[in-house]
Amino acid sequence: MNSYARKSLRRTLLASLALMILIGCSSKSDNGAMKGDNGGDGTSKPIIGFVQTGSEGDWRKAHTESVREAAEEAGFELRFADGQAKQENQIKALSSFVAQGVDGIILAPLVETGWDNVLEKAKKRNIPVLILDRQVEVKDDSLYVTYIGADTYNEGRLAAEWLIEKTGGKAKVVELQGTPGASPTINRYNGFRDVIADHSGIEIIASQSGDFRRSKGKEVMEAFLKKHGDDIEVVYAHNDDMAIGAIQAIEDAGKKPGDDIILVSIDGVRAAFEAMVEGKLNCTVECNPLQGPMAFDAMKKILAGDIGDMPKKQMIKDRVYDRDSAKEVIDSRKY
Amino acid sequence: MSDASPNSTDRQSGNSKSALTRFFGSRITWPVLGLAVVLLFNAIFIPSFFTLEVRDGQLYGSLIDVLNRGSIGVILAMGMTLVIATGGVDLSVGSVMAISGAIAALILTETQLGMLGIVPCVLFAALAAGLMNGVLVAYLKIQPIIATLILMVSGRGIAKFITGEKIITVGDDSYNFYFDFIGKGHLFGLPFTVTLFVTLFAVTSLFVRMTSLGLFIESVGANETASRASGIHDKGVKIAVYVFAAFCAVIAGLIDASNINAADTMNAGVFTELDAIFAVVVGGTALTGGRFSLTGSLIGAMLLQTLMTTLYTYGVPSDVAPVPKSLVIVAVCLLQSPVFRGQLQRLAGKGGGR
Repeated sequence: MNSYARKSLRRTLLASLALMILIGCSSKSDNGAMKGDNGGDGTSKPIIGFVQTGSEGDWRKAHTESVREAAEEAGFELRFADGQAKQENQIKALSSFVAQGVDGIILAPLVETGWDNVLEKAKKRNIPVLILDRQVEVKDDSLYVTYIGADTYNEGRLAAEWLIEKTGGKAKVVELQGTPGASPTINRYNGFRDVIADHSGIEIIASQSGDFRRSKGKEVMEAFLKKHGDDIEVVYAHNDDMAIGAIQAIEDAGKKPGDDIILVSIDGVRAAFEAMVEGKLNCTVECNPLQGPMAFDAMKKILAGDIGDMPKKQMIKDRVYDRDSAKEVIDSRKY
Repeated sequence: MSDASPNSTDRQSGNSKSALTRFFGSRITWPVLGLAVVLLFNAIFIPSFFTLEVRDGQLYGSLIDVLNRGSIGVILAMGMTLVIATGGVDLSVGSVMAISGAIAALILTETQLGMLGIVPCVLFAALAAGLMNGVLVAYLKIQPIIATLILMVSGRGIAKFITGEKIITVGDDSYNFYFDFIGKGHLFGLPFTVTLFVTLFAVTSLFVRMTSLGLFIESVGANETASRASGIHDKGVKIAVYVFAAFCAVIAGLIDASNINAADTMNAGVFTELDAIFAVVVGGTALTGGRFSLTGSLIGAMLLQTLMTTLYTYGVPSDVAPVPKSLVIVAVCLLQSPVFRGQLQRLAGKGGGR
């Protein structure tokens, strides 16, 4: 196992070297171009490396844009690396950023574990790392400066609390889970259950994964409707896309989504707001992707050495929207 | 419609053998038995599975769901069967599905052309995708798994480029009756998708069995050089089957996009190529090429969908759901293997005191 680890380490190093050369080349030409623009005044912006998970959908796109815009506003130069849904890509990108000697790194990790080695490298070279969106699990807390993200556990709790208020604490619920094993799935599953544990009237009669996908959400909901029929009073979906799929399945079964069956979901993407205005979705708990400004506020402080009172965990406040508040804010939604 | 199955049964086992041997030697026996076992399980544990009622003049029930949701699998399996029969494999069908859905959503939301715009565009996309795969395989002699992997990877990128990395929703303002009908319409009291896949199956079966095309395909798969020597345009046959597979994929893509009223390029058709290969293999067509059975693939695809719907309905926790699914597939594949069956027979023979 050791030799394997060493071999894979060597491979990682080699790959990161190759990547480094590539990125080095391209960034050199970038710099050249920028110098031309600035007229060569010589002021250098601090460079931040940003390791993103990939491009999974609308939410992630808004997340990336937010980081990019915030970097520009804060006057940083952003180097962007896309993990394309693979942790190894993210690790490679991270170590190449370390090798380039950037001023700071923002990491949006795909998974929680396996970051110790590469974060140690960053620490040795005194490059501060900020964890964004999802959490990491490392042995030594000092490997990263702070974590900023949405509290997916709390989102599950908020959804349950809204539901209890709406139904008076009595409902039969079917749950559409996200991808098995993903941290939002686990947290939204636990958060919801921890709240309803005190309310025996709320009963989860079926729970299946819809993979965070519209078509799967619809397919699973169809099966639920066949099995439980009129018993279903509430659908709790771990994201909006599955709720939208479920809405279609409910309509196909000749029922009115939003009235015959209450739907509550999480994320707050634009399509969910549209569905709420149409009266087909009852509630969505926003999971705010616009994390860029908060991240760069923190990064500024970190680079200024002002981290004395910085908490290890900074949560972005989530809001709950129902049909009424959806009408008011739908025009101001960016994503 | 079923003329393919008795044909292949006759060819595989000689006429001299007993009816029983022929029954167990037939390729489609085992997927049919697998399907029967799953349905029996449902009959015992989920009686509501077989409930059919009429709602708004249409049949409604789990079995209808199986047929409706299974349509994509069946359609993809038709194309995949012919590709596999030539000794190839097409990994790009899932991505082609995503491209087709993206094109349809874009035309509906950005233009007034409706289906008149969609049909030629997706047909062109199918032709382009099929030609690319076919030429790479037939003329440049690239291994099919790699040649089609290229489009599998890049195709999703192309689809995302078309939609601008967003989910394009086909809303009320871009509603199109015909497009909506593909995935959600009903004909003869059944979902329209059923009519679609039955028609495709019937036409394909007739076409490959009534003409010599089926024989050409099998011959190219069995021995490329020999078939070239006997005057078959093997490269043309190969390109034709990849174009057909892409054609099936764009139809499946339209069904998928119409079903959810959106082009979800990130998720549309993910892993469907593997399900299609599963269906074909479970249906008794060997990956090495040669003889194929469209009926077998149809039943294989239906078996997969019945399994999925059963797992949802029975309430198997989603993290372990793939396990029972693969157990059934492994069982069917094992029973199809002549070696495994031979050993079983030997064991049974020993038990009989031989």
